[in-house]
Amino acid sequence: MAVLVIADHDNAHVRDSTHKTVTAALKLSGDVDVLVAGKDCGAAAQQGAKISGVRKVLVAESDALGQGVAEALEALVVPLMANYDAVLTPATSQGKNIAPRIAARLDVAQISEIIEVVDESTFVRPIYAGNALETVRSSDAKKVITVRSSLFKAAAEGGAAAIEPIEAPAAPAKVRFVSQEVVKSDRPELAAAKIVVSGGRAMGSAEEFKRVIEPLADKLGAAVGASRAAVDAGYAPNDYQVGQTGKVVAPDLYVAIGISGAIQHLAGMKDSKVIVAINKDADAPIFQVADYGLVADYKAAVPELMEALTQAGK
Amino acid sequence: MKVLVPVKRVIDSNVKARVKSDQTGVDLANVKMSINPFCEIAVEEAVRLKEKGVAEEVVVVSIGVAQAQETLRTALAMGADRGVLVQTDADPGPLGVAKLLKAVIDEESPKLVLMGKQAIDGDNNAAGQMLAALLGWPQATFAYRIEIAGEKATVTREVDGGLQTLELDLPAVITADLRLNEPRYASLPNIMKAKKKPIDVKEAASYGVDIAPRLTVLKVTEPPKRQAGVKLESAADLVSKLKNEAGVL
Ligand SMILES: Cc1cc2nc3c(=O)[nH]c(=O)nc-3n(C[C@H](O)[C@H](O)[C@H](O)COP(=O)(O)OP(=O)(O)OC[C@H]3O[C@@H](n4cnc5c(N)ncnc54)[C@H](O)[C@@H]3O)c2cc1C
Ligand SMILES: Nc1ncnc2c1ncn2[C@@H]1O[C@H](COP(=O)(O)O)[C@@H](O)[C@H]1O
Repeated sequence: MAVLVIADHDNAHVRDSTHKTVTAALKLSGDVDVLVAGKDCGAAAQQGAKISGVRKVLVAESDALGQGVAEALEALVVPLMANYDAVLTPATSQGKNIAPRIAARLDVAQISEIIEVVDESTFVRPIYAGNALETVRSSDAKKVITVRSSLFKAAAEGGAAAIEPIEAPAAPAKVRFVSQEVVKSDRPELAAAKIVVSGGRAMGSAEEFKRVIEPLADKLGAAVGASRAAVDAGYAPNDYQVGQTGKVVAPDLYVAIGISGAIQHLAGMKDSKVIVAINKDADAPIFQVADYGLVADYKAAVPELMEALTQAGK
Repeated sequence: MKVLVPVKRVIDSNVKARVKSDQTGVDLANVKMSINPFCEIAVEEAVRLKEKGVAEEVVVVSIGVAQAQETLRTALAMGADRGVLVQTDADPGPLGVAKLLKAVIDEESPKLVLMGKQAIDGDNNAAGQMLAALLGWPQATFAYRIEIAGEKATVTREVDGGLQTLELDLPAVITADLRLNEPRYASLPNIMKAKKKPIDVKEAASYGVDIAPRLTVLKVTEPPKRQAGVKLESAADLVSKLKNEAGVL
């Protein structure tokens, strides 16, 4: 059995979710290749080649691949699947965008957001916003799988796989990339961070969100997250959203400030190792999953927390 | 232009799903069912296109049990023109859904398919992309803003790291994200009017497509439960616990 992993990368770097997806792939087979599709992505390919357990790295470059156009990825990957029995990609927005197209073209069901590999054909995946776990067996000859990478350990580095350039398909005819607005941040990436500090509707404004959440995140070296209510109200950018329909995170420490703990929010963070909640309502559902809670107004509690962290040498 | 909107009947998003004790699935007996929230957003967007004079007709399609007619009525009350129920008791999964939708689209020839990005029961996030691939149509998933001009759609999408804008040639498939719009509440007169709008009921088998399940559910279990922890008196306590007890600082 041979397995292809479609790398998550930004051309210069492969993201940690790729290492985690390689771990899932290695549970299926020892023959794991990584595909780096992008533009000027030689550096990412070099990094991919260092992931332990990887047999070889395929690199394809074109404008459309660099822009992540789904039709281009489909045209690239579907023919490659003649040589592979399974393709895995992290369940990022891009992974979700492309994998079902590949599955449909191969006429196989997609197995979405697996959290465990039981055997070559059997997988565990959350359904109903994580309120149930489904164990499914696939009868398809080829498997198309997206991986909830937060639940797999990252494969180590230290490999030295061969890098093989492959031809990119022609640009898709019916879709054109117009533009991309990227939110720039020096903080760790939400999906990969060891600590996440999230703010909710209680912040009340974008200024307050910045004033309260960001300094605390910076002190902790944390990524910043948000509830849907905070994103909808414009307090935080859309890609900060944690939850059923946002990002799923499982850091060592998750700090929820002024977030009630709706099922859909919990779906995105309840696998965190340690959860801290700061909420003025003692009955907020977030306290049912929090290891440590402060029933307090964040306006007082967050400055106190900053002070206590300073005292503790942070 | 004709717009087709597939809508799914799912557990209401305010209800917490409970796993059956025999581990065969989630207990849906006597549970409130609703239109999938993302499908509702897709219907709203289609109705707005009609109100702007961009769309002439909005056709809603549901694949599922007889009661999915209620879901279609919800969409009709929001302003869709007519419904098609593709009736089946089996859950065809996203691949089967995409194949059945393709068969409906071959008959209906819409210029635009607007659907939800994800059904909140299976959380698959796949049917729209699969449909686009089967049709050979361009796609824009996770739509945040849609503009239609002539034979083109310009769609801004929610992606990791920000927003991306694509231009698609119609016909195309677009899937809705949460922030595309805020769906309206149907007024009572519109609910009454919706009762008279036509719903065509067809048997899934009549389309002659292979919707045999490819995935067998071996079991459905409850996720490990987290224990509620402790409430602390002060931020200083918290820092000391995080440092000394949890070891995460
Ligand atoms: C289909 C669907 C998908 C969804 N997906 C997501 C998702 O991915 N992620 C997500 O987060 N939500 C999602 N939601 C929304 C979710 O249901 C909740 O509405 C949302 O999480 C609420 O956000 P919140 O906790 O910030 O706001 P609220 O529920 O309003 O909670 C605010 C909290 O702040 C507390 N508070 C207020 N003032 C203070 C103060 N001064 N100090 C301390 N505490 C204070 C209050 O006690 C309250 O508990 C989804 C909903 C649907 C229907
Ligand atoms: N049974 C169904 N009937 C009609 N539309 C469906 C059905 N299942 C899925 N869809 C559509 O596909 C979208 C994505 O669903 P999924 O891929 O199952 O998460 C939904 O928001 C609907 O628009």
